[in-house]
Amino acid sequence: MSKPIITFENVSKRFGKMTAVDDVSLTIHEGEFFSLLGPSGCGKTTLLRMLAGFETPTEGRILIDGQDISNTPPNRRPVNMVFQSYAVFPHISVADNVAYGLVVDKVAKAERDRRVEEALELVQLGGLGHRKPDQLSGGQRQRVALARALVKRPRVLLLDEPLSALDAKLREQMRTELCTLQEKVGITFIMVTHDQDEALALATRCAVMSRGVLQQVATPNDLYEFPASRFVADFIGSVNLFEGVLAVDEPSHAVIRSPDLPVDIFLDHGVTGARGGAVWAAIRPEKIELHKKDGDAAPNLGDAPKGTNAVAGVIKHEAYLGGSSTYEVEIASGRRVKVQRSNLTRWDQEDFKLGETVWLCWHACSPAVLLS
Amino acid sequence: MEQSWKQAKAVFAAALGPPLVWLALFFLAPLAIVWAYSFGHNDGLTEIAISGTFGNYARAIEPLYLKIFLKSAWVAALTTGLCLAVGFPVALAITFASDKAKTWLLLLIMLPFWTNLLIRTYALIAVLRTEGYVNQGFEWLWNLASVFAPLGDFQPLQLLHNNFAVILGLVYVHLPFMVLPLYSALDRLDKSLLEASLDLGAGHLRTLFKVVVPLALPGIASGILITFIPALGAYLTPDLLGGPDSQMIANVIERQFKRANDWPFGAAMSFVLMYLTFIAIAIQALLAKKTPEARG
Repeated sequence: MSKPIITFENVSKRFGKMTAVDDVSLTIHEGEFFSLLGPSGCGKTTLLRMLAGFETPTEGRILIDGQDISNTPPNRRPVNMVFQSYAVFPHISVADNVAYGLVVDKVAKAERDRRVEEALELVQLGGLGHRKPDQLSGGQRQRVALARALVKRPRVLLLDEPLSALDAKLREQMRTELCTLQEKVGITFIMVTHDQDEALALATRCAVMSRGVLQQVATPNDLYEFPASRFVADFIGSVNLFEGVLAVDEPSHAVIRSPDLPVDIFLDHGVTGARGGAVWAAIRPEKIELHKKDGDAAPNLGDAPKGTNAVAGVIKHEAYLGGSSTYEVEIASGRRVKVQRSNLTRWDQEDFKLGETVWLCWHACSPAVLLS
Repeated sequence: MEQSWKQAKAVFAAALGPPLVWLALFFLAPLAIVWAYSFGHNDGLTEIAISGTFGNYARAIEPLYLKIFLKSAWVAALTTGLCLAVGFPVALAITFASDKAKTWLLLLIMLPFWTNLLIRTYALIAVLRTEGYVNQGFEWLWNLASVFAPLGDFQPLQLLHNNFAVILGLVYVHLPFMVLPLYSALDRLDKSLLEASLDLGAGHLRTLFKVVVPLALPGIASGILITFIPALGAYLTPDLLGGPDSQMIANVIERQFKRANDWPFGAAMSFVLMYLTFIAIAIQALLAKKTPEARG
């Protein structure tokens, strides 16, 4: 990865007695599409606003290109922001909106016009410069906000919930466009979102926050497959968590025994950092296979010893989602396990009926072990 | 409530009837009578003959009275300008105050509204007169300075019964009319627009003049209008605070109805004043139509 562009050093922000951001240290590198992800009120927006300069840290420092900008006013920072409400100036034309920051910078008229037209082309609003913002759709207004920020050629572009106000179809489209745009302009993007799909689809790296604290900073793939805590596992996607103890912990394999499951969970790797006490096995719904129950012999996926990683249960709930279906299967302990199954053929889901007894089984590499 | 007002005509009429009757009887009818008077002339001491003459209007725009009309308009305009200059920062400050402080500040703005105008005007007299609080304060400072340098006797400032006192009184009385519409316009402003301006590199002054003021224009226009109109027709303030040269049109009109006992002429001048008001409202409506996008 290239050189660091933004560094948070032990940054805290308190509003009265409320701690919005709690001792965050974070480095973001040049050219990254970085996403701050978390439930509402987790402090992600405050972190972004501190970067823009609308809030100052109570403690700690924020560096851009090695310069401490903690107390620099927003108009003197090499960052620009796309606001959640877009904040397009309603009283001036689209072109004037985009030119606003260039006029402030005293860019000459000819160069200004050229850069405005370029920026509008970039966000596919070429030729709409003369329009007033109230003649644009919501999606187009957002493009104006993007062009207005990008035309200043900032070191970092900040995006506050950029897609939350768009309808589902447009959101999908804008996602792809944002990605392409970032590759084209090569500017570091930092995006705040509460939508995990958005973060996973767009970001090169994500930081998951909860109650002002950074929970995990990782690539989308690592966040999903190797979550660091129960909070992250649960917040990103859907998960089945089984609390238990480590019965066996060898370098080559481990076994977790959970009171919720009649069988052991077998893992094909050892657990690092376990210090005794409770551990959690996290198994994603799509990593559990559903099998017909034709007799009492449990299916075996071959990579786990017989009598592990397979339980019987009854289908209690089914949700057909088109591309896949999710099932809730009740096992002997009364615990319901979420299972997701892809619709590989058009008749795929007809096999499994509500109330049917089925086998659930999973590979030895599927569960993630969580220590907190 | 499935029925719309249009369907429930009886309810509509019952609710709207009494106020309409009240307005017709006690506002429109007297106004019509005065309007009719303006086309009449005195016939003996108490009778007014309505002869359809335009003589009263012709007299109303004679240089003597036209000058007073113009002066009233000038005083009202100056009052409005000063109210805007003082009121805009006040409204801006209230907008950015904390929610708790906002309530109290608005209350402070409203408080003079709930006090009788006469009492407020006399209070101002107590402040401004020769032995008033301002002069007392100055005298105290003067005497204090006299200890260090011989300044001679203190000459009290002539603050009352002149145009200065009238303008001061009018600004004081009309400030809430200006602050409240300005506040409501500024409070509606999306604060992220201001942040966007700062974010794009603009300073606070540029943000104020390029974003805040243009977007608050409708509020500024209505503030100007509802300050200018009552200031134009001000009667009590110039009467009590003004000197011999600071009478405004309302004082002249009053004199026609009372001392001069020339009701037709007073009526004509009243209507000239009303027409001026209508013109002001029409101009504002035209301006508002021109900038529809700034209203939201």
